[in-house]
Amino acid sequence: MVEVKVPQLSESVAEATLLQWKKKPGERVAADEILVEVETDKVVLEVPAPSGGTVAQIVKPDGSSVVSGELIAVIDPQGEAKAAAGRAPAVAAAPQQASVARAGAASGMQASAAAAAATASVPATAMPAAAKRMADAGLSASQVVGTGRDGRITKGDVLAALQSPAAVARPALPEVRSPVDTTSLSGRPEQRVPMSRLRQRVAERLVQSQSTAAILTTFNEVNMGPLIELRNRYKDRFEKEHGVKLGFMSFFVKAAVSALKKYPIVNASVDGAEIVYHGYFDIGIAVSSPRGLVVPILHDADQLSFAEIERRIADFGGRATQGRLTIEELTGGTFSISNGGVFGSMLSTPIINPPQSAILGVHATRDRPVVEDGQIVIRPVNYLALSYDHRIIDGREAVLSLVAIKEALEDPSRLLLEV
Amino acid sequence: MASSADNRFDVIVIGAGPGGYTGAIRAAQLGLRVACVDAWRNEKGGPAPGGTCTNIGCIPSKALLHSSEHFENARRHFADHGIRIESIAIDVQKMLARKSTVVRQNNEGILYLFKKNRVSFFHGPARFEADANDVHRVSVAGAGESTVLAAPHVVVATGSVARPLPGLEFDETRVLSNDGALSIAAVPQRLGVVGAGVVGLELGSVWRRLGAEVTLLEMLPAFLPAADEQIAREAHKQLTRQGMKIELGISIESVDAGADALRVRYQDAAKKAQQLECDKLIVSIGRLPYTEGLNPQAVGLKLDARGFIEVDAACRTGVEGIWAIGDVVRGPMLAHKAEEEAVAVAESIAGQHGHVDLETIPWVIYTAPEIAWVGQTEQQLKAAGHAYRAGTFPFSANGRARAMGDTAGLVKCLADAQTDLVLGVHAVGPLASELIAEAVLAMAFQASSEDIARVCHAHPTLSEATREAALGVEGRALNI
Repeated sequence: MVEVKVPQLSESVAEATLLQWKKKPGERVAADEILVEVETDKVVLEVPAPSGGTVAQIVKPDGSSVVSGELIAVIDPQGEAKAAAGRAPAVAAAPQQASVARAGAASGMQASAAAAAATASVPATAMPAAAKRMADAGLSASQVVGTGRDGRITKGDVLAALQSPAAVARPALPEVRSPVDTTSLSGRPEQRVPMSRLRQRVAERLVQSQSTAAILTTFNEVNMGPLIELRNRYKDRFEKEHGVKLGFMSFFVKAAVSALKKYPIVNASVDGAEIVYHGYFDIGIAVSSPRGLVVPILHDADQLSFAEIERRIADFGGRATQGRLTIEELTGGTFSISNGGVFGSMLSTPIINPPQSAILGVHATRDRPVVEDGQIVIRPVNYLALSYDHRIIDGREAVLSLVAIKEALEDPSRLLLEV
Repeated sequence: MASSADNRFDVIVIGAGPGGYTGAIRAAQLGLRVACVDAWRNEKGGPAPGGTCTNIGCIPSKALLHSSEHFENARRHFADHGIRIESIAIDVQKMLARKSTVVRQNNEGILYLFKKNRVSFFHGPARFEADANDVHRVSVAGAGESTVLAAPHVVVATGSVARPLPGLEFDETRVLSNDGALSIAAVPQRLGVVGAGVVGLELGSVWRRLGAEVTLLEMLPAFLPAADEQIAREAHKQLTRQGMKIELGISIESVDAGADALRVRYQDAAKKAQQLECDKLIVSIGRLPYTEGLNPQAVGLKLDARGFIEVDAACRTGVEGIWAIGDVVRGPMLAHKAEEEAVAVAESIAGQHGHVDLETIPWVIYTAPEIAWVGQTEQQLKAAGHAYRAGTFPFSANGRARAMGDTAGLVKCLADAQTDLVLGVHAVGPLASELIAEAVLAMAFQASSEDIARVCHAHPTLSEATREAALGVEGRALNI
């Protein structure tokens, strides 16, 4: 038998927490396959299997407190995979038919229910709706973490995987615990509040975005005067005609789309060694919700009218507060717009939402002194920021596309004439 | 001190109702030496295992519901099928005799299962005696002397009894619990029922179909509040249409057992004084845990304020080695809940991991139309602020139901708005009791509504209504 022990924790760390076991007793494991993660307050350490075989025993269960070198599991290097122990062990173990199981794995999702349920060496079974969604999206079982009974992939798992573009299976997130009041070692009050699932996912995606893309930001300023004047002139009529308020977001969206048409690389994505140019414009609108930031998508924004854009954005905002946005609405997107102005931000460097390659940040409009024809005048100015992935977007395209957005906003007639 | 005369076992199960006998058999299957003690006696004084369920509950009520439903169909609906019946009558004695036969078959069946699984069965009331060093001891009062059984594990499954109205004893001739209500010798002309819950509705239905004028008096302001509101509304409509009078929001003031009739004085929902005269009165206002004669103090077993044995989520009491399941502990008083707990406890005792999932326990009411559900109701989801989508499908649009001539009711499927996880399925209509099993299975596998919709359902069947309701969640029902 091979012992699995907690790795050496750093000197200042006395104890760690075992997160979720990725294997159950009886399941096969390959050498170096990650068995479990151990969380200290500084870092999360992965514990690989020291040998291949089957997990004979889990000595310390999920959530246990452990110390350096502590025994946490035992692997049987000669073990054969047993039938996966389900949640209700009253289910009689299926007869061990290793060859049938392998044949089942080879034929993929056509594996009969009996063979699929038999062993853990078969990739996770997908429930019917999940299987269809995976086939539609071209996902394989190894790209989706199954959280259903016995590791089955549920429809919800597939929808969640589609929302995050990660091509590798992500570990299941630890259960969300309720906040705990503690006093730190020095006796000063602290409160530890575990992150909500949404926040954990958002955090994961942002870090991934930052570490994958080469993100730079270029800035420009917009004289919002003409737009403000246009809006003031027509806002009442607009509201009467369309039943929705005319804001500035519809202009930002239209201006962005016109720039994306001129500089398609800003609307593209990186996929491995390929650049994917999208022939459509799905604009994500960053919305803040009580649980965190969400980015619902305006699909085919180039085909939406100003009224329709305003209507949908208002609807997104309302439903985001209630947590009622659907997965379809949160999936996809070729470009995003983030409006920090509503909170009073002067300027910021927005982070890109993968797999998109750029994001426009608009901010608070303020009266500022600017120079026109050699004179200092006061104009309502909004600073624009365009963060872009320098792997595929060069400075030239980034700057020019932002200039195009600025020009469209300063002279809205250009949107009408498409120049 | 445990004496050598004590019968030594691995587990003693007290009670042979659905919880007790199931747990005893499961434990025996796992290789344990099991004793099961039960005090129920039949008319001949012999053993009648099966508890309330078999003797005065689930089984006999379903027998009478079927008999009375045949009678109702023959009287009211056969003509639609072209069947002409010149005269029709109900022989209550014959009906009751058939019921007793069904009960006896179940009693005997359980005795056979005990024999087959080598469970030692002891007939008589059980009582805890003082522990010996490492075992618990239970005495069984037999015809002559008592036998003492000893085991390290004891599972208490003593069940429950009907709750009486304060100050009004059950005499089981005029003031009836479920026991007497299942054996009324002749169809009463006027039947009063206090409590419009499952028992009241089912037993009220039996006698109404046979010709009684039935009035149900319910204290709560809502009809079947535990059921989904839409389902409860439809059921109320159908039952009222059948002639059941249901009064909600009442409060009973007094019951006077006069020579000629029972008089129930009550305040109606508008606080007006009312009186109901009836020949028989069924009181079905709930059940109380039963531990009479058990002597739990001998082993330090704690009962809570209402008489339930206190247990944790795994059915362990505060005393090492003593477990309790079924109606005598917290949770829904359902036979199948007791059975789930029984299996979980037997497996825990055998060193395995036992677990009861209370989220996927179905509820069934065997009125016509039947009512059945599993999971959360729409009103619960709204109250919790849980975003959901709903799909409903009426049986009036289902081919099988039309062919059967039984089209009242609907199926409703509730699913999470984001992940499409099925959160609850509710049905009122023909054979809802059977249809719900598909939903329970789906929920146990964390299915989405789309999963139910994508699985093949035979045609023409009532189960297609479940599938259409699932399709309706995503707004794409095919047949409505």
